[in-house]
Order: sequence, then C-alpha cells, then structure tokens
Amino acid sequence: MMFVPGNQPGLLNDASLYGADVLIFDLEDSVALTEKDAARTLLAYALPKLDWGQAELMVRVNDLDGPFGLEDLEAVIKAGAKIIRLPKADNAEQVKNYDQIIGKIEAELNLPINSIEMLAAIESAQGVLNAKEIAAASPRLMGLALGAEDFTADLGVSRSKSGEELLLARQMIVLAAKAQGIDAYDTVYSQIDDLEGLAEETKRAKALGFRGKSVLHPNQIEVVHQVFAPSQEEIAQAQRLLAAVEEAKVRGSGVISLDGAMVDRPVILRAERIIHMAKSLNILKGEA
Amino acid sequence: MKEIATFKNKESSSPKLLKSLEEAIAKCNLKDGATISFHHHFREGDLIINAVMDVLAAMGYKGLTVASSSFSEINAPLLKHIKSGVITGLEGSGCRGELAKGISAGLLAKPMIFRSHGGRAAALAEGTLKIDLAFIAASVSDSFGNAAGVYQGQLPQGVSPSYCGSLGYAKVDARYAKKTIVLTNTIVPYPNVGLGIAENDVDYVVLVDQVGNPDKISAGATRTTQNPKDLFIAKKAAAVIAHSGFFYNGFSLQTGTGGAALAVTRFLRDMMKAGEVKARFALGGITAAMVQLHEEGYIEKLMDVQDFDTTAIASLAKNSNHFEIDANQYANPFDSGALIHQLDVVVLSALEVDEEFNVNVLTGSDGIIRGAIGGHPDTAAGAALTVVVTPLLRGRIPAVVERVTTLCTLGDYVDIVVTDRGIAVNPRRPELAARLERVGIEAVPLQYLRHLAEKIAGEPEPLPFGPRVIAQVMAPDGNLLDDIFEIDYE
Repeated sequence: MMFVPGNQPGLLNDASLYGADVLIFDLEDSVALTEKDAARTLLAYALPKLDWGQAELMVRVNDLDGPFGLEDLEAVIKAGAKIIRLPKADNAEQVKNYDQIIGKIEAELNLPINSIEMLAAIESAQGVLNAKEIAAASPRLMGLALGAEDFTADLGVSRSKSGEELLLARQMIVLAAKAQGIDAYDTVYSQIDDLEGLAEETKRAKALGFRGKSVLHPNQIEVVHQVFAPSQEEIAQAQRLLAAVEEAKVRGSGVISLDGAMVDRPVILRAERIIHMAKSLNILKGEA
Repeated sequence: MKEIATFKNKESSSPKLLKSLEEAIAKCNLKDGATISFHHHFREGDLIINAVMDVLAAMGYKGLTVASSSFSEINAPLLKHIKSGVITGLEGSGCRGELAKGISAGLLAKPMIFRSHGGRAAALAEGTLKIDLAFIAASVSDSFGNAAGVYQGQLPQGVSPSYCGSLGYAKVDARYAKKTIVLTNTIVPYPNVGLGIAENDVDYVVLVDQVGNPDKISAGATRTTQNPKDLFIAKKAAAVIAHSGFFYNGFSLQTGTGGAALAVTRFLRDMMKAGEVKARFALGGITAAMVQLHEEGYIEKLMDVQDFDTTAIASLAKNSNHFEIDANQYANPFDSGALIHQLDVVVLSALEVDEEFNVNVLTGSDGIIRGAIGGHPDTAAGAALTVVVTPLLRGRIPAVVERVTTLCTLGDYVDIVVTDRGIAVNPRRPELAARLERVGIEAVPLQYLRHLAEKIAGEPEPLPFGPRVIAQVMAPDGNLLDDIFEIDYE
C-alpha cells in the first residue's frame, strides 16, 4: 500500500506505475491545512479520470471531528474511492460514526450497501488497547493498520530499528484483526534510503502475521513485494482463475465461475496483481 | 651545436613553462577573429573556460569564436563577453543554463554550431573546424607539456591535483590546433607519459591556481538518480536489452548521460551476474557503476573518452584495463577504427522523441537550448541496438511528440524507445519486436504514446520562434541537420 500525497498532480499521475497493490491517496498528514480544499478537488477530479491499472484505490480522509472530514468522504466516494482509510481509530465509537456516515453517502449515491470498505489505522495507546472492539465495530472493515509514528509519539518513545517498542502493539493489532477474520497491515518504514532495514522490518512483520505493509516511496515497493511474494500455489490458483476469465470472454459470457463459485471483480483484480507481482519478481514458472 | 645541459637542468628551465597566461597567448600570436578551443571534462566544475575568457577580454580581443567540446551551466559568465563583442561565435556539442538562454534569445552575432563529439573529431581531421589556439585544462603536466587528467605515480605530500580523468576530447584539439596552451595547477616530474596529451602537441604550459572542481563533474546530467520514475524506466530498458538478442557473452555497451540511461547499468549488473554474461568493453562516458562491473570481472575493458564521476577517474589511474581514448578513436564516423562501429548496445536519453523515432536532445519543448548532443548521433548510428529512454511526460510536457523541436539524431538510427508508459520498436527492426514479444514484452506504436501523453497533458501550443537562425545542428558527417530559431519569452 503506497501513500500518495493528494495534492501533487505529478505524483498522482505516476502513482500507478510502480506496482503498488493499493494506492492510499492522502488528504490528511501530507497535505497542509491551507491546501485541504485544493487537494480534495484535485483528487476528486483525478480518481475517475486517470488509469490506475490494477491498484485498489484507498483514500485517507481527514478526521470527522475536524472541518474537512465529511466533505472529504462525500467527494472521494463519489469519485470512485473503494476503501476509506480512517485517519485514526482510538475506539469503536469513532469507527461506527464513520460507518454510519459512509452508509448515508452510499445510499445517496445508490451504491450497494457496504460496498465501501474501511481500513482503521491504530495510532495510539488507547487504540491498541481497544483494537478488539475497533475490529468488530463495522462490517466495512477490511483491515487494521498500525500507524507507528503517532503511536510512538503517544508513548513518548522513539522508533528503533529493532522495533521492540512496537512489538506488543503489532501483536495486538494482528490478533484483533484475525479474530474478526480481517487483515492487518504494518506501518511505514520512514528511512527511504535504507532498503535493507526495510526488508528486515518487513520480514518481521510478515512473521507476526501482517498481510502487507504501507510504503512512502515507490523504491520501497519491490522490497515489500519480495518479502510478501506469492507462493507457487497462489500463483497457480491465480492463473487458473484468469484462464477462466479468458474462457468466459471467448464464450461471450459475463458470468465467470471457477470450481462452482462465482468470481467477482475484486477477486479478478487480486489474481491479476498476483500474476503481475510474480512476473515482476521473476517467479512465474513456465516463462523465460 | 650539441646540447650538453642535463635533462634535469632543462626540465627546471623549460622554455615552454610560462608564468603568465598573457605571455603564452601573446607568444601564440592570437589575433582578433580567431577560433579558440576548450574541453568540458570538468563539466559543471570547470574553472578554466570563464577565467581564460576574462583574460582574453582584458587583453582587448574581439570577434573570437569559442569552440568548446561542450558548455555547461557554469559558463553563464560568457554572456558578458558575447554582449561586449569579445565572443561572436560559439561551437560545441551542447549548451545549458543562462548561456543557452542567451543564445536562444539571439544575443550571439553568428549562429552557434552544434556538432556531436564524433562530428567534431571528423571536422577537425578534415579541416572544417580550424582551431587557432587550444586552451587545455590539465590536472597535471610536466614542464614540457605532457599533460593528463589523472596521475599514476606518487606525488609529494600535500600535493593534491584536481583530477578530471580522461582527456579524450582535449586530445584531438591539441593534435589539430595550430597552437596549444596547457593550463595546470600541478607540475609533475618529466616524462609524464602514458595518459593524456603528449608534449609534441603542446606549445606552452602555464601554471595556474586552479583548474576545476572534480566533485562537480557528477552533477546535472551525470548525476546518480534515485528518482523512482528514472529507475522504473531504467529497469524496463535493462529487461529490453536482456531480451534483444544483443545481450550475449562478449557484448559491448555504452550508456549516455541522463539519470535513467546511466541507471541502466545498475540493473544490467544483476542480469549479467545471473546469466554469467560478460561485456568485452564499455565505451564512452565511464561511470562508477561500470567500474564496479569491471572490477567484478563483468566488463573486460573500459574504453574511456570522459569520466562521469570520481570513481571512474580513480579507476583510470589504477586499473590496467581501463583505457583513455580520444574523440577520434571513440566516434569519428569516417574512421573505420572508431569504437562506435563495434558497439552492440547504446542507451541514450532524449528530451523529445517523435513519431518517426527522431530524437531531440538539444532544445526543450519550450524551444530554448538546454542540452547536449554529445555522442548521441554518433553512437546511435554506430550501435547495433540503440535504446532511447525517456519519461512520457516531464511534469506536464510531453516527451513523445508529433515532430521534434530540433532534429539531433535521425529516427533511422533509433531502434527502441522505452518510456514509463510503454515501449516502441522501430518498424525497421521487426525482429526486435518479435524477440521482445516472445518474452511477453509488448511494444506499442509511438503514435499511441504520443496520444497518451496528449491525453494527460493536452496538445502543446506551437512555439513562438522568431525568423532568425541562432544555431545550426550538424550531423556527424558535417552536413546541416537542422536550424534552431531564436525564441525570446521576455
């Protein structure tokens, strides 16, 4: 998942090049207070217009407690964002609040109920302690994420390379997510030039049960992908699924099924991403 | 009468070694209206060109044509000599910064002449370009004029010359110029032979305080990029090369200036190691990435006409299979001994590529001169596989256009264009497209890329060129390739 500042047209235009599975367009921390409206307008324009390839589109909106959050939600959902990353989740009440407001917007736009998903970022001591309730607070939640910069600030400690100050928080977030059957995503690694350090941290996160990692810079994507490289079984399954899609196309059928189950668009996108990742990592067998 | 003084005495009283530049210039009998030359091996760190021009201006010279192998941003102070009539003509392989803006605005009396490095070597050999006096910044020289860009021996404690590495472009100037003055801040013991310029081609040696700043050689066009888009393009280009049919054990390689082009070597390294594919030689501008491959045994010989960073400079001094070559050996199109004729793969940058695969590396899409042709057309024509790398858009400026603003390299010589949004293969090379397709690398037409760029950035407005020709681009064979017209936004 790559963060992309929502107010920089050049970066938006190039964001889909680098193979990120999810693009997190940020209206919150990377956008200055004076740029909030401009960024929202730009993003609402860019989301439906540019070609995002196989990436899923997530937007980190501003806090609903502040003056920008509601307008952010309305604008980006209308523009086609499929996942909302909550700026911070300290307790279940906040998550429910987002859930309700997103529900209203869904209804206004005649979108299917619960089609807009949420990712809750846990960035405080309180949030970690409430992780279980947060994870259970809304059926929209597709995952929990750790925001380590704010979390360590809350603890009054600095981030270390070994990350022992984050260990319990990481484990609690993974447990809370898995208990609800959703995924956990690890925090960003902010030393952009240190790709070895990034690889180490990503390996530890994978070992703890995280499903992926947020990144700040395109150069970090390949390292994260190498750690989270799909297994040969996953690749084979994705290939079968895409073959079924092709077959359906040849038949002229809009309905795709595999092993007796219907296949919908997010599943196809995921399969395409697995193959794309396998290709870029040169682990796709049967090709030169 | 037989000369009986010891060589040591002669060395210490060498008649070639002069204290002042003014004296050397006067002894060379330089006249108004003459053509003088410089080299650009110090690139953005050059401290000689501007200083010598200040001296010539103070001596009262007028109407000079300055032929430097290239001009950099640091040469902006030459504008005042253009305005005062000291300089009325310029010739080089490139021009950047404020000086280039001034040329584009029409400040220079005569049109500037742009030649490629190989084209300049040919023009010197044929006499089309006649140099009356060559000024050569040298890192070291002995008192008889054996001058070089790096020193291989032991120097006394505290002596630390400013190294620029290969003097490839300066060597041909020294050979063909009527008179040659070497400027150095480090005199070394005679005979300083092996690298650089031999005393036979040098008339005077002048000791100066400083010649250049090596740390600024690796700046601008020769920087090492961390830009993700450059790296993305470089990685794609490396994959294209690996499957082009020209990536074989014993192949030869060159990368031009520009972040993405230089970065291709970094990605080729992994593939060379994985496949045990070694290069017989790397040519042209030498980089740290090439030196690394050389020292790891993956590039047998480095054929060095100029150095792009201090690692390459150090390698020239220490590695016995790292050779200094001159511009003639490098790229003279009429010399069958030039190494470009043995080149397999060259990776080059572009400011613009058009639908006919023509390349512009000289003027920006605003029409203002801002680049250098360098060895672009020479190597593109010489190499068996010419790969051009460019982002589809620079900011909101399309790099794939209907027609290039300035024609620098003919599309006939460009085989593959690699952008961040797609790869195009010249229809003249269907076998390349077929080889790439076999490994799943799909090519698109350049027209498609142009439309894609315009879809994102809009169709560019025509440029407000004036009627006057302010520069001419010569093909390597000396024929006129294109005119550049004045453009002034102020």
